[in-house]
Amino acid sequence: MIAIIDYGAGNIRSVQNMLKALSLPARIVRDGAELEGAERIILPGVGHFDHGMAQLEARGLVPALNEMVTGRGVPLLGICLGAQLIARRSDEGQRPGLGWVAADVVAFDRARMGPELRVPHMGWAETWVAPGTALPPAFDAAFPEDARFYYVHSFHLACEDPDRAVLRAWHGYEFAAGVAQGNVLGMQFHPEKSHDFGKRVLRAFAAWTPEKVTT
Amino acid sequence: MRVIPTLLIDRDGRLVKSVRFGKRTYIGDPINAVRIFNTKRVDELVLMDIDAGAAGHEPDWDLIGDIAAEAFMPVGYGGGLTSVDRIARAVDCGVEKVILSSALAEGTALVEQAAARWGRQSVVACLPVRKSWLGKPQVRVRQGRDALPGTPAEIAARVTAAGAGEIIVYSIDRDGTWEGYDLELLRRISEATDAPVVACGGAGGVEDFRRAVTEGGCAAVAAGSFFIYQARGRGVLISYPAEDRLRRDFFERI
Repeated sequence: MIAIIDYGAGNIRSVQNMLKALSLPARIVRDGAELEGAERIILPGVGHFDHGMAQLEARGLVPALNEMVTGRGVPLLGICLGAQLIARRSDEGQRPGLGWVAADVVAFDRARMGPELRVPHMGWAETWVAPGTALPPAFDAAFPEDARFYYVHSFHLACEDPDRAVLRAWHGYEFAAGVAQGNVLGMQFHPEKSHDFGKRVLRAFAAWTPEKVTT
Repeated sequence: MRVIPTLLIDRDGRLVKSVRFGKRTYIGDPINAVRIFNTKRVDELVLMDIDAGAAGHEPDWDLIGDIAAEAFMPVGYGGGLTSVDRIARAVDCGVEKVILSSALAEGTALVEQAAARWGRQSVVACLPVRKSWLGKPQVRVRQGRDALPGTPAEIAARVTAAGAGEIIVYSIDRDGTWEGYDLELLRRISEATDAPVVACGGAGGVEDFRRAVTEGGCAAVAAGSFFIYQARGRGVLISYPAEDRLRRDFFERI
């Protein structure tokens, strides 16, 4: 059973519907107690970093998520804001993040971008596996050569160890579209809005058995 | 290059198809249509409530939320978005883009406010265009009733300056006719704006898509009847060109 965390940061029903279309059992979880028994966790969300963290805290989800993810090694997929919250901190706010991945969230660096490019980065973008990095093998088939995904974001992850940035996309420069550390994955794009390509990602997540646990 | 199915809904939340913004045919349930497009690798959907703007009735927020949740692709919504509050409500429903049209009768202030708050990428201006009896194209909002001052090209430049990140040019004269896009109109508008222009109204085939790009200067094409009917004058069959056909007849020839 996959737990989808609903913490008041955006419409999560597309994620739920896509899992349903894939016949993957899922349940909406709104507080720490409901998380018990989850075999996998999806942390979706859109919006402001501090708002997201405050909402997780207000619902008692932070200690419960920590126990599940770092204590029991339950696989977790963060999507969009959810992928940013797994980092240590963000340029967008003051609050510390969940800190499961050695990465920070930074604003798009306009100085490195052509004047024709806009922030937020919004739209479909080709997304590829960074050569030589450790994308869990369960996800290999989810990222074929023509893979493209839908993005809406003004900030992106920046990993301390570039090998953690397992997926890349380009918006003025190459940025981390996906990060992996142990049983935690973060994806900046929206699989639930990326039709077939997104389905492959969610299917791979449902089949993934992490080799290592994030500590 | 994007190929965008356009779904029109009426005041009762039914999926309809119009001809020249007039006669309507009832097609079915919009949620079903979205589910069908979900299986076809459609990169974007446009949803318009064609009664919300004109009749002044409140958009059907529940239905918009249901469609956004059901769609495995980004959705643009238009119809009855006449205030910042209503735009905020649409964004909360989960749509990725908001389409402003009737609001343009009051000028471009709402486009400016929406672009300031949600970014130009989220703000689309839809310009419905009809030729006057002298053959002069005019932008006419509120179901074709109110003509905006200026030529379509001038209006396109104006809404772009105000913050529209994309412009849908919807030909009322070609709507539902299968006669092809109004390429001359598209060309004039795309020359007048830096924003991507989306052709809408009149598509009858993949060849029309190609010409909208090569001759009309468009960045994307939208179509209603073409995706919804099997062929002109034939029954409903929601379809979308297969990716290999799109590539062969369209992408590789532009």
